[in-house]
Parts: sequence; structure tokens; C-alpha cells
Amino acid sequence: MTPLTGCLLISALLFAVGLGGALSRRSAILVLIGIELMLNAANLNFIAFWRYGPHPEALTGVIFVIFSIAIAAAEAAVGLALIMAVYRHAKTTDLSRVDSMKG
Amino acid sequence: MTVPFLILAAITLAGAVAAMTLRKLVHCALALAVSLVGLAGLYLDLGAQFVGLAQVLVYVGAVVILIVFAILLTRGDEPPSPRVGRAVGGVVISACVFAVLAWAIVSGGAAQGASAASLAPISDIGHAMMSRYILPLEVVGLLLTAALIGAVVIAMEEKRRTK
Amino acid sequence: MTTQAVDQIFVTIKHWLVFHSPGVIQPAVSLLLSVLPLLIIFPSLFAVTTVLERKGLGRMQNRYGPNRVGPYGFLQPLADGIKALIKEDIVPIGADKLVHFLAPLLLVMTAFLEYAVIPVGRNMVVADMDSALVFFFAAGAAMEVSIFMAGWGSRNKYSLLGAMRAVAQMISYEAPLILSSIAVVMIAGSLSTTTIVERQSGFWGVWPYHWYVFTPWGMAGFILFMIAATAESNRSPFDLPEAESEIIAGYFTEYSGFKFALFFLGEYLGMFAISGLAVTLFLGGWAAPLSFLTFIPSWIWFFAKLMALIAGFIWIRGTLPRLRMDQLMNFAWKFMLPMTLVVIFSAGIWRFMPSGVVRWVVCAIPIVLLYVLLGRALMGGRKLEKRTYRFAE
Repeated sequence: MTPLTGCLLISALLFAVGLGGALSRRSAILVLIGIELMLNAANLNFIAFWRYGPHPEALTGVIFVIFSIAIAAAEAAVGLALIMAVYRHAKTTDLSRVDSMKG
Repeated sequence: MTVPFLILAAITLAGAVAAMTLRKLVHCALALAVSLVGLAGLYLDLGAQFVGLAQVLVYVGAVVILIVFAILLTRGDEPPSPRVGRAVGGVVISACVFAVLAWAIVSGGAAQGASAASLAPISDIGHAMMSRYILPLEVVGLLLTAALIGAVVIAMEEKRRTK
Repeated sequence: MTTQAVDQIFVTIKHWLVFHSPGVIQPAVSLLLSVLPLLIIFPSLFAVTTVLERKGLGRMQNRYGPNRVGPYGFLQPLADGIKALIKEDIVPIGADKLVHFLAPLLLVMTAFLEYAVIPVGRNMVVADMDSALVFFFAAGAAMEVSIFMAGWGSRNKYSLLGAMRAVAQMISYEAPLILSSIAVVMIAGSLSTTTIVERQSGFWGVWPYHWYVFTPWGMAGFILFMIAATAESNRSPFDLPEAESEIIAGYFTEYSGFKFALFFLGEYLGMFAISGLAVTLFLGGWAAPLSFLTFIPSWIWFFAKLMALIAGFIWIRGTLPRLRMDQLMNFAWKFMLPMTLVVIFSAGIWRFMPSGVVRWVVCAIPIVLLYVLLGRALMGGRKLEKRTYRFAE
């Protein structure tokens, strides 16, 4: 197994764990954690491809991950603000009980 | 595949699994922090020093803390799930996704480039960001500002309309 | 022995020891010899500082301070340590055992990690990293998590309140802390602490002309950095997280015995680390302050500057009253943040102007202007008047 394949497999596993959690857990915050894990799995792919790819001096993967981290921070802030707003309205963060569209 | 790499990978995956399976939400957030630190270790091991440290700084210092604050402000753990079907469905789907990905990775025979011992010098990253990637950088800055304002507006207590 | 040999004595000893150890364990010996001195020196510095702080505060408050144990009370930390060790270690029944146990360990560990990138002398740094400054702040970020763990794991409302206060405060003051060091990074053109120290070397006559604290943006940046550092290490007047008159002792209310001592140690280690960073960024690191004093070894200068900053911390603690929570947040976001942004702006001007008196004045103008305007605006028309005291009859 080459190092690149190892990295990709770990990243795939991380993605699967995040996906499984995001699909099966009901708390909105846990779903957000699952999404963060999936995003990080993608980041690991970028770093792995940068490291073992043909042009490591181009730095594309590294810079993409830096931008991705910045965007993830923004995403977490907005996502958690939305969860707070939903909680204030529905008094729960359980996604299976937040199903009423009537304000 | 070195020993440190495998240990870090194990930490990352164990943290991720714990983050997705534990009962208490705060434990999940702390497990997420462990997983993200493990991932940062992987980045360092792969030679991306700045990315690894930025990962710790942003994720552990900001995202995990944000999540923890949200958990405490919304109070309450997940009630025990009466329906097992949903959980099983999620696990089955993710297992299928992993199977497909793993098959693609293993059979794809990823082209192995000439991997010179390449650390990303931080000055190179800086130069690239300030020249070639200046537009994305500005856009990210704009996005972060928008997210900042948006998050504050969404989470702000609504004005009492009845008053 | 020449002055240079004295300066490099520890480096030479380390090289000699590594050279004479068997080949297999050489990397391990090298690592151990880099790390072990830090693990010994900074906790001993902690012991000395606690007694100095108590004595200093005592003098400021018209009392003696500890003077019973040993000569002039200087063995007091030893007695305190023994007391902490033999005390009963109480864990509340409702506490989350694992989180409660891990929190102090994580705090001390991250505090020690921060020392890895601080050059304590010429050629004396554990990890000469390319992005040392990011490493420092990343380790500081982990400290916030450990404080939250302590507060939440104790299952005590005062602990939790203290932890939330501490985390909110640390996040708020991390922004000005990082932004004011960004100005230094811009001028030095490097995130590596050793490079930053090198850029500040050299004298103009006898004067250390290149120290960043002697520039308008550097001086403002240094002051802002130290204020943020005070808040970051939870020291008075920013010690709301442990305000004993409001929330008992904050996040370490439920800690006793040795774990409490660990928190104490972690807090002081954090303070030393951030002072060390301030010395590195603004005060020329290990360089001598005057050109004819270079015969004194570099490591003595580093620790002398460090102790001077710590004396400042003690002085401030003895002088200023504690802030209120809203004052604290307002100060961080309405005053510190705009000021650090204008410091960065001023550093940008400094970078592109020819050196001279004109540059100094031009760079000072925006900082002074914003300081005056912000001060006026935040005072909101209130005037500071002469205080009148009424004494009891």
C-alpha cells in the first residue's frame, strides 16, 4: 500500500464516520459535528494529493486547505447561530421534532 | 506508512467515532477536538506545517469552543432514540459510501508522483496568497465578514415586538 | 573563558553530552537535553515568582507578606508544595471523573508546549520552526479547551460560570493579542521567533535602535499586547474568571490538593510564556539593551527582561481594581481591536517609508489620533473628576 492510498483510505473512513453520524444522530449540533468531520476528510485528501502529487511546489493543495479552514470557521459560526435561533423558537435542537413550518 | 502516521490516524479515527457515538454532547465536542488535533498531527507528518498549526488554532481554538458554547446555551442532551431504524439506515449508507470510495481508491492505482521531501515554506505560501491567490483571499475575507455579521444577526435576541 | 564561551556554555555542554552518548540514543538525548532544562527552570521560576509576588503585594498593602519559612520567607513555596501534595484530593460525586482529571494535566502540558518556540538565549530554542508564532497561539488555543473542561467537568455552577467567563474573555482578547503580533510579523517578514529576534539585533551608537518597541507602532503594539496578555493569563485586573468575591474561585473551585497546584502552575507558566513572547517580539529577545553590556550572556538578558515584565504584572495586580464583565468585553471589542488594526496600518506605512524622523511622526499620527478619538467616544461625555473621599468619623 502506497502512502497516498493510506491517506486516501483514512480520509474515506473519516468521511464515512462523519456521514454515518450526520445521518443517524438527531441533535442538530451533532449533525454539524458530522459535517465538520466530512469537511476535514476532504481537507486530508487535498494535503495528501499535494504531498504525493506530481507538483508539490505548486502549493495548490495547501492553499486550498487554508481557504477551506477559513470557510469552515464561517460555516460553523453561521450554523451554530441558526441552531441557536431554531432553539429559541422550538425549544429543542432535536431535528426530528423541528418539523413545523408554521411560525 | 510510518508508525507515527498510523498512530495519528488511529487517534483521528477514534476521536471521530467517539464524537459520533457518545451520549453526552460535551463529550462529543471534546472527542471532536481530539480528532481534529490528530488530523493536525497528520498534516504535520505530511509536511504541511502551517496548515496543521492553523488547523489547531482555528478548529480547537474557535470551532470547538463555539460548539461547546452552543451546547451549553441550548442545554439538553439527545433524548434516547426510540427508533433504531434511522441509526441503522445511516450506518448502512455510510458503510456503502465507504465501500465505494475504498474500491475506487484501491483499484484506481493512484498515480504516484515523484515525492521529493517537500515542506511548504511559509514564505512561499504567503507569496502565493498575496500574488496568485489574492482574489480568493479577498473573497474569503468578505465571506468571513458576512458570516460574522450574519451570525450575530441570526443569533441576536429578537426585539420584543409586542412592546 | 571568553564572553562568547560563557554565552554558549549550555549549547556547548549539550553538544558535548550528545556527542559522547552512544549513537542509537543520540536523538533522544538531544531532545531530552533541550526539554529537560525548561521543565526544571520554569517551575522553579514559578516558585520564586509566587513568593516575590506575595511579598510585593504585601508591601503594596502595608504588610509583610510571607516571612516565616526559611530566610526572608523564601522557602515558602516549598512549604506550599508539601501542603498541596499531602492534602486530600477531593473529586465531587457528580463530576465527570475523566474530564475533571484531564483538565489540569492538559493545561500544564499546553503551557509547557508554548516554551518550545521561545528563544531563551542565542541558539537556545527547542524547536526552531518556520511558523513558530502560529504554534504558540495554537497551543494557547488548547489552553482554552482545558479551562472549559475544568469548569464543565466539576459539575458546579460556579465552576461553569467561571469557565464560560474565562473562555469568552480569552477568545475576545486573543484577537488583539494576535493582531498586535501580526504587526511585528509584517515588519520582520517571518513567523519564526529566532528570525524575529535576529531582525531586532544591532545598535545605533549604544542604543538598541532596531527593537520594535522603539517604533510608534511597536510601542503601541507592545502596550496592547501586554494588556491582552494580562487578560489572556487571567490576571488582575482581568481576573473575573476567578473573582473570589462573586463566583468563589471560578473554574478551579472544585479542585483541591495537587490538582489545584497544577492549575496555579499552569496559570503562571502561561504568564511566563506570554511574557517571553512579548520579550521576543518587541524587546529584542535575548539581545543586550545597551551595546557595552553585550558581555553579559544572552540567557541572563532574556530572563532579566522576563522578570521585569513579571514585576510589571505584579505591580498592576497590586494597583488596579477588577473590571466588570461588560467593561471587559467593551474594552476588548471597542478599544483594543480598533487600536490593533490601526497599529497594523501604521506598521504598513513604516514598512514603505524611508527611515527618519518624518517616518516616525507619520506613523505615530494615526495611532495617537485614534487613541484620542476612541477615548473621547468611549467616555461618552463623562468627565473624570477629582475623587472626594469621606472618612468615617
